[in-house]
Amino acid sequence: MFDTEFFNLGYLDRLSYQDTFIHRIDPRIKLLSSLIFIAAVVSFPKYEVTGLLPFFLFPVIFLTLGDIPLMFILKKVLIVSPFALFIGIFNPLLDNRPAHDLLGFTVSLGWLSFASIMLKFALTISTALLLIATTSFPGICFAMQKLRIPKAFVGQLLFLYRYIFVLAEEAMKIVRARDMRSFGRRGKGIKHFVPLIGVLFMRTVDRAERVYHAMLARSFRGKLYSTKAYALTMADMLFIFVSICLILLFRVINLTALIGSWTTG
Amino acid sequence: MSHHLVEFKDVHFCYPDGTSALNGLSFRILHGEAVGIVGANGAGKSTLLMHINGYLLPTSGSIVVGDLHLDKRTRQDVRKKVGLVFQNPDDQLFMPTVFDDVAFGPLNLGISADRVTEQVIEALGTVGCLKLKDKPPHHLSSGQKSAVAIATVLAMHPDILVMDEPAANLDPKSRRQLINLLKGFEHTKIVASHDLDLILDVCKRCIVIKEGQVAADGLTEIILSDRDLLEENNLELPLSLQRLPSK
Repeated sequence: MFDTEFFNLGYLDRLSYQDTFIHRIDPRIKLLSSLIFIAAVVSFPKYEVTGLLPFFLFPVIFLTLGDIPLMFILKKVLIVSPFALFIGIFNPLLDNRPAHDLLGFTVSLGWLSFASIMLKFALTISTALLLIATTSFPGICFAMQKLRIPKAFVGQLLFLYRYIFVLAEEAMKIVRARDMRSFGRRGKGIKHFVPLIGVLFMRTVDRAERVYHAMLARSFRGKLYSTKAYALTMADMLFIFVSICLILLFRVINLTALIGSWTTG
Repeated sequence: MSHHLVEFKDVHFCYPDGTSALNGLSFRILHGEAVGIVGANGAGKSTLLMHINGYLLPTSGSIVVGDLHLDKRTRQDVRKKVGLVFQNPDDQLFMPTVFDDVAFGPLNLGISADRVTEQVIEALGTVGCLKLKDKPPHHLSSGQKSAVAIATVLAMHPDILVMDEPAANLDPKSRRQLINLLKGFEHTKIVASHDLDLILDVCKRCIVIKEGQVAADGLTEIILSDRDLLEENNLELPLSLQRLPSK
């Protein structure tokens, strides 16, 4: 179980090595347009449902042009979904003022706000995942550095990315060592879990110290440099222009309602 | 030719918890020498290496690296001369890609971007890892990680190369490649290891450390064939010497 999760961790990373149209777009452009996208989605009022639907166009474009497997992203979204679920789950109970009639059932405002939360969640999380899958984490960090985000913060993120794999491997080794000698159920209780986490933490502290020494050995004085030079191309400019236009359009005009009123007269 | 020397004079060091790790350590390593540091676990090898580029400063005694007397003010400059390769390459490789990692040191030294690229490619070429340059470190094998870790240090053009257990985690073939690589370097080399055959192959001179002091210092062949001395220090004859009839 733990082992498969560990190998899954590297998968998102490997997706970002591909070379597609989406992968080639400058990280800064992708980061900016994703942020604008997320801001637009989150800015919708509490009960908005239909207006959010056209926004799914963006994840779909990233998925298809970026050649990212749909099931992979869906699974990841599903894994984090309980957080959103618990935020919205009580809305239908607390807010049961009627809103619409749908096929004879009355839909309450609570259900609408719940649906809105879930849609916003699905849109923002899938966009964030797709951004990483098509840009790579270091690419995003580079973009942040170029966009003048404080270097201490960017450095932290880079280290997080580098050492999440090492930490996971270390945790995996500890878990294996425990399984090896716990024969089924014994030793798997919370009582043994606590010292285990303690050991992992101590190892992390030790490693942090060694890494810092390795950095000092190579004349680290608090700044991380990058040699990569990105230049904005016409395609990049076009991409951000079109995205902003579409996001504004979707935000201002409720296309779903518009199409609905056209087709039903 | 004395500008790459490393000299320890009566160095004492005590850890904050009271453990005294070095007790009057003295030796002098000259330009271009290859020196093996051996000793039992806890003899003070790692502490010694930590002193060579100034993570730890001696409680008493003095250390000279090149023409610099090591202290708080000079340690940044000492680090430019000394290339330290850590035992665990995962500690050494912390940047997102191999290229970025090898470029880390030279960029910190303020070298221009074009020159850095040249130096990185040269260093990666030396260790035979040029084709790995865009890979992230967590996708490399242990042997590749070790080789890249050496490249990160070579790219800074150090005068003195210091290595802690360079062949740990390596399969026999990678270990052999590493030995050949080390033999090819003209740097002053200081190698701490329990792999006595490696020391025998790479280093002409060998220093045995015991309880924070120099227990023996001399030609590797003589020291590493001294059965009694080795056994006193929890060591044993290198495998390649065990086959010879005992003298």
